[in-house]
Amino acid sequence: MATAQTRTLSRIMMAPAVIVLLIWMIVPLVMTLWFSFQNYSLINPMMTGFAGWANYVYVIGDPSFIQSLVNTLILVGGVLLITIIGGTLLALLLDQPIWGQGILRIIVISPFFVMPPVAALIWKNGFMHPGYGMLAHLWKFFGLQPIDWFNQYPMFSVIVIVAWQWLPFATLILLTALQSLSEEQREAAEMDGANAINRFYHIILPHMARAITIVILIQTIFLLGIFAEIRVTTGGGPGYASTNIAFLVFRTGILSNDIGAGSAGGVVAVVIANIVAIFLMRAVGKNLDA
Amino acid sequence: MARAASIQTRIGFTALAWAIALLLFAPILWTILTAFKTEAEAIATSPTFLPREFTLENFGAVQDRSDYFKHAFNSIIFSVGSTLLGLVIGVPAAWAMAFAPTKRTKDVLMWMLSTKMMPAVGVLIPIYLIFRDLRLLDTLHGLTLIMTLINLPIIIWMLYTYFKEIPVDILEAARMDGAELYNEIVHVLVPMAVPGIASTLLLNVILAWNEAFWTITLTSGKAGTLTAFISSFSSPQGLFLAKLSAASLLAIAPILLMGWFSQKQLVRGLTFGAVK
Repeated sequence: MATAQTRTLSRIMMAPAVIVLLIWMIVPLVMTLWFSFQNYSLINPMMTGFAGWANYVYVIGDPSFIQSLVNTLILVGGVLLITIIGGTLLALLLDQPIWGQGILRIIVISPFFVMPPVAALIWKNGFMHPGYGMLAHLWKFFGLQPIDWFNQYPMFSVIVIVAWQWLPFATLILLTALQSLSEEQREAAEMDGANAINRFYHIILPHMARAITIVILIQTIFLLGIFAEIRVTTGGGPGYASTNIAFLVFRTGILSNDIGAGSAGGVVAVVIANIVAIFLMRAVGKNLDA
Repeated sequence: MARAASIQTRIGFTALAWAIALLLFAPILWTILTAFKTEAEAIATSPTFLPREFTLENFGAVQDRSDYFKHAFNSIIFSVGSTLLGLVIGVPAAWAMAFAPTKRTKDVLMWMLSTKMMPAVGVLIPIYLIFRDLRLLDTLHGLTLIMTLINLPIIIWMLYTYFKEIPVDILEAARMDGAELYNEIVHVLVPMAVPGIASTLLLNVILAWNEAFWTITLTSGKAGTLTAFISSFSSPQGLFLAKLSAASLLAIAPILLMGWFSQKQLVRGLTFGAVK
């Protein structure tokens, strides 16, 4: 079947994609690595030359770095916790015999289609604003002092917004996985006298395990790079209270024009993402064989 | 008796599911309602649910302030352009891997996927500098090019999983019937490939429309898409909640409608075919 002719043809067909992705992967990354070892500031053109590890020492030694790293982990962990548990429960609920399932699916998935800056601004002004936000009205209704969410609980507020965007994604994927569980399997378990909790632990959860893994890994990739939500709400503040690694790099490199230090931060971000990526590739790769 | 109980459970589950769904939808619903209120009503101390006095003035004000149509036009060019360009590069590649796989096909696919793992901030600075030197900052074609590269792995993966499902036997059968290569492609393959290509197009337009890292960091005014348009509302100016809601509604409405039609493909595309 695969003659020399078709092989040549398929190489030609693949060439453009392979070449552009190769360039896209190598060139900027090598440049980031290079800059990270250079003294390079857009404000101070006199500062040039090899910097050794100075940029890394500067970035990692800065108190804002540790805080950003911790914030990144809190953001990823918090959102994962909410979306996986909430998504599993919601998927189980939507899988029950309910009226209007089709419409419900559409309503539930909607937040995922809201672009990040809109999601953030809706929450910031319509809900979390201490003066006229919905939550402020609710707090006043119960006779409580409205909360200035983004100043008092900046990380928590960002987590709420991001979880709102990603809960639908988790729900939809887990629901899809749940619905592929065959009716016979469930009925068989029911006939064997397994109760609802046993059925969940021994039939449903193992069946959903792979989908849950995939949701965790895909979300992690996106959550490590959360940017717009922070940019339009807290601007990383107060202080560095809601700055994550992605925002720190933007702040150092683009806002403060310190190319060297920004690049060093970028390299750190790449290293973190790669550790996660290794796990994702394994999970998806296994599926490719099946 | 058992039947009555099951109806009751059904009602219970239905009520609970609708309550949660509406709670999740509340921010969007609230935005839609607020968009049609006057500014005074939007921030009134005793909030109203439905607009007391239905108005369209916010939409006009938003257009005057930030030129919605220019940004929407940019968003369309950016998302459709990057997706079409991605398809031009991706269709042949996915086609070759699906129909003439070699020992290395799997490795190539995994490698392509791995480029997606690179965090944008890892390459932000070089891209920013390259764009500055090539005068691509704040240009629509520069931005479209970046988006093409970002979505290309997803495009190829989605197409690959769809093409994989096209039965090769049919091609053989067509060949047996004496079909020429041209006829084989036009009458047999294309009709079977079109649904997969359409789904890929739809999902990637949605992803590009909502892309909010490069569109914000690489534009300033001229080439701004709707994500940049809406970000300009992040610092309030006077009474503005109703205007913000109108702007938000304008920015998300087109893609919300598209998204509702493509939710099945969404699952498949975003999990790289791992969950169908």
